Amino acid sequence: MKADLKELPVETMDLQMGPSHPATHGTIKFDLKLEGEKVLECDVAVGFLHRGFAKMCEQATWTQVIPYTDRLNYVSPLINNVGYALAVEKLLGVETPPRCQFIRVIMSELSRITDHLTCCGMAASELGAITVGFYLVEARELLMRIIEAVTGARLTISYTRIGGVKHDLPEDFGEQVAKAFEKTRRLIADCERLLSRNRIFIDRMSGTGAISRELALSYGLTGPVLRSTGVSYDVRKAQPYLVYGQLDFEVPLGARGDNYDRFICRMLEIGQSMRIVEQALEKMPVGPVLLDDPRVVLPEKEKVYNSIEGLMHHFKIIMEGIHVPAGEVYLPVEGGNGELGFYIVSDGGGRPYRVRVRPPCFIAMSAFHEMIRGAMVADIIPTFGMINMIGGECDR
Amino acid sequence: MEDSPNISYLRARLGGKILDSHAFRGDDTIVVAREELREIFRFLKEDPQIDLSFLTDITAVDYLGKKSPRFEVVYHLYSLKAGHRLRVKVPVPQEDPAVDSLVPLWKGANWLEREVWDMFGIRFRGHPDLRRVLLYEEFEGHPLRKDYPVNQRQPLVPERELAGTFVDQRSDNKLLQLQQKLTAKR
Repeated sequence: MKADLKELPVETMDLQMGPSHPATHGTIKFDLKLEGEKVLECDVAVGFLHRGFAKMCEQATWTQVIPYTDRLNYVSPLINNVGYALAVEKLLGVETPPRCQFIRVIMSELSRITDHLTCCGMAASELGAITVGFYLVEARELLMRIIEAVTGARLTISYTRIGGVKHDLPEDFGEQVAKAFEKTRRLIADCERLLSRNRIFIDRMSGTGAISRELALSYGLTGPVLRSTGVSYDVRKAQPYLVYGQLDFEVPLGARGDNYDRFICRMLEIGQSMRIVEQALEKMPVGPVLLDDPRVVLPEKEKVYNSIEGLMHHFKIIMEGIHVPAGEVYLPVEGGNGELGFYIVSDGGGRPYRVRVRPPCFIAMSAFHEMIRGAMVADIIPTFGMINMIGGECDR
Repeated sequence: MEDSPNISYLRARLGGKILDSHAFRGDDTIVVAREELREIFRFLKEDPQIDLSFLTDITAVDYLGKKSPRFEVVYHLYSLKAGHRLRVKVPVPQEDPAVDSLVPLWKGANWLEREVWDMFGIRFRGHPDLRRVLLYEEFEGHPLRKDYPVNQRQPLVPERELAGTFVDQRSDNKLLQLQQKLTAKR
């Protein structure tokens, strides 16, 4: 009887999942071809959040682009800020003061932790482990408060300036971080106990959404998705920018390239990021946080209000923009989801000629059909969750 | 300016195929013609010494009125073993905006090339599925071209007919009633 049942012909069904689906956080559409519950083909349609980031950047001055970069990956906006500022500084040929570099590292790592916490928490809660979702979002909230105390905003932070950061860290920053990390570690340990031997969680994650190392490299995947296949590529190690070369940390690797390995990679990276922040706080020198270069940096407000030269200087930078020499640079940083690259072209004026962002999750989504082919509809949820597609960055 | 070691090596191996090169701010860059694009990339990918086997990014720049030919398709490659990067630029004229696709070499080129087509209207010969990726098919023009005005409006497009879609024909289907009402008005 059972053998007969297997041979029954099954009609394929087309199903559109999305663009607004409760289990996919992010506006995206999957055009599925199904045979029962098995996914035969999956065509991913992105672009629902496209708002012309590159075109807008061409209209703005170099400094005015910074708020736009907040809205790329809005789960870890500080990394976008830092990446863009570093790219423009590379084109200008200037280097920021040491304290600023440490601050940028610390803030990037805090952002990375919030990114991974959001990703892991949401992925777990979509699989029914809502407690874990709440715990990790609580941990994220602790760090968000610190980010808010430093930058004045939670998501749209615009903290970096070209040539430095907006202002120094608050005085009790070290204690705030120590307290938040202690709690975060406890929450993560709780989640680990809830998940690491949880049958349902492992069944849903282990072996699903897998991609081979060769395919991952062919698709140009980066970040936790690539590292889960065992390829050790992290921009912070491969081409250390800022002060990452002076800090001791490890790059967690997976082996099988499935959702479970991605999850573990992200969870371990949270620990490494905490290590980086703690080391950086210890090593951080005192000094200015903004470059002392009148070509790049706005004058102090006191000069602007009290002297005509200061006012003119301020006016010129605001209205005309910083003059960046003609040329082109590509600068990659390690974002929450992988290599976040900025390719910028200047024609020597006060406005960018072209700003191109290499979006890690756009490229990860281009390999999505490979991860999901032959799997069940239900496997889409954890796979999509572990890629952590962020509409703002994917669709720009 | 003196060439960096990688560019010297490429000049020795590729010779006249490299039209221009520079290493501005430490970014090795070569300019090649589009005619032999695929062979050059195959060499860059498979040569054991240069080993640029990781395709990082494909994009384009429109140099309207600044350069001739007008477009440049820009590729960024990376070597996982040696840790160096290379930028390859391919000039593309306005009259025939097309280059060979790199999908046979890297699967990741698929969406990246679709995005360049979408934003710049540069075609990729031999691409398996050259559709728009971020915008919709009915979009008019290619927005990242410099002659596309920033405040350009797009015409409204009619609702797409979806073949094989299940429509609830029962009388209490509110959506159907609404549709009928709207068509009656027209």
